[in-house]
Amino acid sequence: MDWFRSLIGSNFMSHMDAHEMELTNGSRIAVIGGGPAGSFFSYYALEYARRFGLEIELDIFEAKDFTKIGASGCNHCGGIVSESLVQDLATDGLVIPSDIIQRTISTYTLHTEQGTRIIRTPSEEHRIASVFRGSGPRGCLEKNTNGFDNYMLELCRQHGARVIREKVTALERTQDGIRVGCGKSPNRDYDLLVGAVGLNNKTLELFKGVCPAYSLPETTRAYISEFMMKPVDVEGSLGSSMHVFLLNLPQITFGALIPKYNYVTLVLLGEDIDKEIVHNFVRSDQVRACFPEDYPVDQIAPCQCYPYINVKQGRHPFADRVVLIGDSGSSKLYKNGIGAALITGKAAASTAIFEGISEKHFAKYYAPICKDLDRDNMVGKLIFGVTRLIQKSSIIKRGILHLVEREQSDAAASLRMSSVLWDTFTGSAGYRNILRRFLHPGLLFGLIRSTIGTLVPTFNHQKHEKQETRQTL
Amino acid sequence: MRSKKLGRRYNDGEVIIKQGETGNSLYVVQEGRVEVIHESADGDVKIAELGISDFFGEMGLFEEDVRSCTVRAAGDATILTIDKRNFFKSIRRDPSLAYRLLEKMSNRLREANERINAP
Repeated sequence: MDWFRSLIGSNFMSHMDAHEMELTNGSRIAVIGGGPAGSFFSYYALEYARRFGLEIELDIFEAKDFTKIGASGCNHCGGIVSESLVQDLATDGLVIPSDIIQRTISTYTLHTEQGTRIIRTPSEEHRIASVFRGSGPRGCLEKNTNGFDNYMLELCRQHGARVIREKVTALERTQDGIRVGCGKSPNRDYDLLVGAVGLNNKTLELFKGVCPAYSLPETTRAYISEFMMKPVDVEGSLGSSMHVFLLNLPQITFGALIPKYNYVTLVLLGEDIDKEIVHNFVRSDQVRACFPEDYPVDQIAPCQCYPYINVKQGRHPFADRVVLIGDSGSSKLYKNGIGAALITGKAAASTAIFEGISEKHFAKYYAPICKDLDRDNMVGKLIFGVTRLIQKSSIIKRGILHLVEREQSDAAASLRMSSVLWDTFTGSAGYRNILRRFLHPGLLFGLIRSTIGTLVPTFNHQKHEKQETRQTL
Repeated sequence: MRSKKLGRRYNDGEVIIKQGETGNSLYVVQEGRVEVIHESADGDVKIAELGISDFFGEMGLFEEDVRSCTVRAAGDATILTIDKRNFFKSIRRDPSLAYRLLEKMSNRLREANERINAP
């Protein structure tokens, strides 16, 4: 064979190899992980195969039971389905059932030490959903809570996927495929292996054996907790608004309270969040004010976790017959992880069904999608760097609040700052798009004017105070 | 009461889009049903009734023209609006999103042909 390869040229040969690596009738796909990324891949792979007239078998390996209450059934996430994701799913005919939705979000409330402002949705529609990923937090009394992950997995099962409730313990490359080993059942051979295991280091290490060029994503720890409250208190204290906090507290880049039906989810993003940081945040006046007066927010022990989040994507998340998606491959920095799962899951599914499953195919059709997310995240890092500076500056925060107030109270005003903040908080737009809009001369001029405007009364107030002190002396 | 439906709520008979008016959004039924009505001098003709996950208003995405029919809620309904900008941005990233639209438009064309050719 070697003489033939050298005779006709290795490029042509590798083209032939790539050509052979296509899914055909009867091909088998193994998806490791049944969270949103694995489910989106599976749903679209089966849907595209149907459109293409291709008969494939697809197994999803998921050891977790998403119908269980507490950590054992949860994928540790704030549980926001963004505006753009809701629209993309609806366009594809996927209507999120009402029993999955804990609450729909219609406004965002921005809290700073200098004041609070409500930002209304530009569309005046409820287009953001808060959901549970599992079947509810530890201690949840509602037995019939349906979570997002279980809904998606069921949808895949209805479309023909087989869900195997086992933990994958071994992955091995064979002559013409990938062998998947589980603890209990016999090994199974597949034509394509899809990794959707989030940031589970142990399983990701298994993938390195079949995807040697892959390097694991860089991570940091976030914090998520669920506070149980009476529904009437959630409604009264938070309403249908997601509360975001720009507070001058160290190591916290972003803090939010997400209202659900009878829970409030606290999400903290930043650098290696620990107990003390959480304590400082929860004890701040602005956060306390979002809970009912008699609610002992800093004393109770909610269902809580410190999950890893992706801060830098994994390199080269594909090889011949292998592709890694979602957090295991590329995600969106800090926001809209479910949206990134849809983007990477669909891109990998369309590559596998319509193009092929060789490394070359994934490099040509899947890698650009990951690179695009990566480029966007680099801009996101810049935006959050600026956000950290803003957090420390009471003057700029006053200016922002003043500008938002002016925009929100004037029906004819262009909502430049409001829409930038809206998209930054909701994850509805890419970071590059947000930066472009933030750098709009109209917005920058408005912000400078508002900031100076808020400085004048402060200056006058300080001058007045000084005069008063002199008189007293 | 918690709100659990995505989109905007319309009461029975409330008009969602009006024939003759301009518009460039796509709408997806999230809950309930809507009726598609063609208004003419001879009276209103019900063309179709749509349910959950069905969409309407798609012609407004592609044509700078007025709405060709009126769509109103048949009972209480919740409707999600898909912005034209969001739609085309998503299509650019993921052309397969247009598939369902083409499939439905093709179905509607076939139904219209059958109706015209019916004795």
